[in-house]
Amino acid sequence: MSSTGANPVRSRVQAGLSRRYRREFLFRAGGIVATLIGLGFLVLFFGTLIMRGASAFTQTQVLLDVDLDPGVLGVGAPVDVGLGDFDAVVSRALRDRFGELSTREERRQLSRLLSIDAAFRIRDAVRAEPGLVGQRVSVWVPASANIDMYVKGQVDASIDESLRPVSDMQIRWVEMLRDDGALKRRFNTDLFANGDSREPELAGIRGALVGSFFMLIVTLVLAFPLGVATAVYLEEFAPKNRWADLVEVNINNLAAVPSIVFGLLGLSLFIDWLSMPRSAPLVGGLVLTLLTLPVIIISARAAIKAVPPSIREGAAALGASRIQVVGHHVLPLALPGILTGTIIGMSRALGETAPLLMIGMVAFIVDVPGSLSDPATALPVQIYLWADSPERAFAEKTAAAILVLLGFLLLMNLAAVVIRKRMETRL
Amino acid sequence: METSTLILVLAALAFAAFFLGRERSLALAGGSGRELHSLPGYYGYFTAIWCLLPALVVVAAWLWLEPRIIVALIVKGLPDAERSMSTGELTLLVNNIQNLAAGDAVSGEVDATLKAASERFLEYRGRSRVLLSVIALGLAMGAGSLALSRVRPGLRARNRVEQVARAFLVGASSIAVFTTIGIVFSVLFEAIRFFQQVPLTEFLFGLNWSPQTAIRADQIGSSGSFGIVPLLTGTLMITLIAMFVAVPVGLMSAIYLAEYSPARTRAFVKPTLEILAGIPTVVYGFFAALIVAPWVRRAGEAMGFEVASESALAAGLVMGIMIIPLVSSLSDDAINAVPSSMRDAALGLGATRSETMTGVILPAALPGIVGGILLAVSRAIGETMIVVMAAGLAANLTANPFEAVTTVTVQIVTLLVGDQEFDSAKTLAAFALGLVLFLITMFFNVVGLNIVRKYREQYE
Repeated sequence: MSSTGANPVRSRVQAGLSRRYRREFLFRAGGIVATLIGLGFLVLFFGTLIMRGASAFTQTQVLLDVDLDPGVLGVGAPVDVGLGDFDAVVSRALRDRFGELSTREERRQLSRLLSIDAAFRIRDAVRAEPGLVGQRVSVWVPASANIDMYVKGQVDASIDESLRPVSDMQIRWVEMLRDDGALKRRFNTDLFANGDSREPELAGIRGALVGSFFMLIVTLVLAFPLGVATAVYLEEFAPKNRWADLVEVNINNLAAVPSIVFGLLGLSLFIDWLSMPRSAPLVGGLVLTLLTLPVIIISARAAIKAVPPSIREGAAALGASRIQVVGHHVLPLALPGILTGTIIGMSRALGETAPLLMIGMVAFIVDVPGSLSDPATALPVQIYLWADSPERAFAEKTAAAILVLLGFLLLMNLAAVVIRKRMETRL
Repeated sequence: METSTLILVLAALAFAAFFLGRERSLALAGGSGRELHSLPGYYGYFTAIWCLLPALVVVAAWLWLEPRIIVALIVKGLPDAERSMSTGELTLLVNNIQNLAAGDAVSGEVDATLKAASERFLEYRGRSRVLLSVIALGLAMGAGSLALSRVRPGLRARNRVEQVARAFLVGASSIAVFTTIGIVFSVLFEAIRFFQQVPLTEFLFGLNWSPQTAIRADQIGSSGSFGIVPLLTGTLMITLIAMFVAVPVGLMSAIYLAEYSPARTRAFVKPTLEILAGIPTVVYGFFAALIVAPWVRRAGEAMGFEVASESALAAGLVMGIMIIPLVSSLSDDAINAVPSSMRDAALGLGATRSETMTGVILPAALPGIVGGILLAVSRAIGETMIVVMAAGLAANLTANPFEAVTTVTVQIVTLLVGDQEFDSAKTLAAFALGLVLFLITMFFNVVGLNIVRKYREQYE
């Protein structure tokens, strides 16, 4: 063939080349854009949560000069001071601060400046130190949720007074307090010290944290040994028969069954049939065990598979029985991988919400649970409950609770990464 | 004795039995392990297992049977007037007796009968617990010492202990199977009871979903309607929206990370995207309800659409974000499983990378990608929290993504959250929906997993 014969082909290829390169560029750009979209969501996500939730970690407090006059308290010295009328003390302190008010409505607004917890704070202080009765003391007490929102700049003061939760008069009072240095924002210990509450400024996540902790303990105690045992059986002992196939197919399917279906199982099996208590962390832990078992089994099997066969053969050659081979050699070597999988399963259990709704863990529970059968709620369920609340102040709390939850998940995953790193150096 | 104390005492006994068994085997063998069949520790385990296991079985069975027997005894001891009550009233009464005995709040008046019954309840339970402690401890010590007496150098202790260990392994692995059976039976059983009240054809083909049941028989609108079609279309719409987000973004990012990105970018971006998969769904729900839904509404209204505050679009978009990493990682697996010889051949013929991708690798990886997408669809159908928080409750039969729709999972949650009777059609409907959900997701899972596995084997 002559060289002129190749030229038409060559020119045709060349003619199409710029079009093809353009398509190549577009395709590549599409990939970059898709990746950036994914990353952008993540940034947007955490950015919004931190912006919305960070302010909930502080709480507005007001410095109040209270006169612990036994006459106002209505108690004599020998009687338990805790029974005194501390509400009267607080309202008198407010009146002393801002002067007498003429109308009932104004007095009502004045009392709404402070949290209903203010009187209890003073009572606790007096209980701890009964000698305070009859003296004048200055105490920091929490402001009400609406005032807290205003101080944090989340109430727009420029809109009409009837449309916002804080009145003009309250704003004047708050500014007076601010000018006098009697108003401050400090770390919100209530968020971590209290259970749930109808009052947003008092609501905390302690009860939910303890409930989640109890459930995770139950889940860990049950799911870890059962999961490891199943993985050991399937990898080391199971004969190649129908039963082993059935178990294997089941585990893969269970890992993809919607979590709410596990909730239905928990409701009819544990609560209806075995008559276990509703809302109890024990039942929640059992349901989460069934839910996380497949995750643990699958990762434990991978870890056991990664142990070189030479180790098994070496041990067997020295006379170890099969159980001894597994117990003395395979499991210790596979342990880091198994632990990594277990932590990932636990972090999935910590974030799970839907099955817990089914077994009644959505009740409004103020008390911090003290045992596995006390009614309790869990951190993600608390988030769900708060996200549903109409009060504005709860939106901030929700975001804060989410940040706490994500913080725990981050810690667990970091632990998993650290363990995985150590495993890589060992094997 | 409290159950927890009892179990602790049993554990302590087993611990002691371990040392006794070990010491005895050594003593019988004359101080050295040479004469023994097994290592001395196995004789210890042998004794401890015999000490602990039978006692634990008895405790478990006892605690399971105890409330049933006590309730039967209490009911038998009630005056005739109460005994002739209907089952429902009797259940309430028994609950009240138990609550009173536990010191909890009681509904209704506390009369003398109730008080006497609750005292009898406490008395029976007290006696039962004493009896249980005696039996369990006696059994532990009896079986333990029997085992101890059988310890001799010729006893094949290791084989016995390993038999128990293997039985435990088999038992543990059967839990997965029993969980599936449990799911099927619990859901199926209640669903069958539901279909006795509502015909199957109405459930499957009915176009209305309004699950009210009458409190009185003559109430207006007493018959609720239980047609699943609007729920399925709602689920389908939200799933489709989610797939429209997740498939292009997930697939394209997987292609970019597998074929184009430098190794260092990949090492950073891939785990970062995986974070999206680790975020709890309730957090996505919060995001959808409080941030995306208002945003969708403003955007839609700016374009002149009427947008419901709980639009399908907002829930679908956020669900799509949640599924991106799933699609991305499964596509990544599929793309990486294509032999590099195919890629090299296409590149060697002068194809550009994108042509290699679309002409060779994607067609070869297609089964794996499709399988992955099916798994993602199953995930979207079963997702609960996002739709509970961001989608509506009203069952609209509509194709407009700006309107509120409801899904199967939302209805299960709404029907079951709060106090409910176990027998009403409303509650049972939730289990029928659960059955439908289980079957649909199982179908997608089985098909998806099979395709993914077959595809993997094809290139291995």
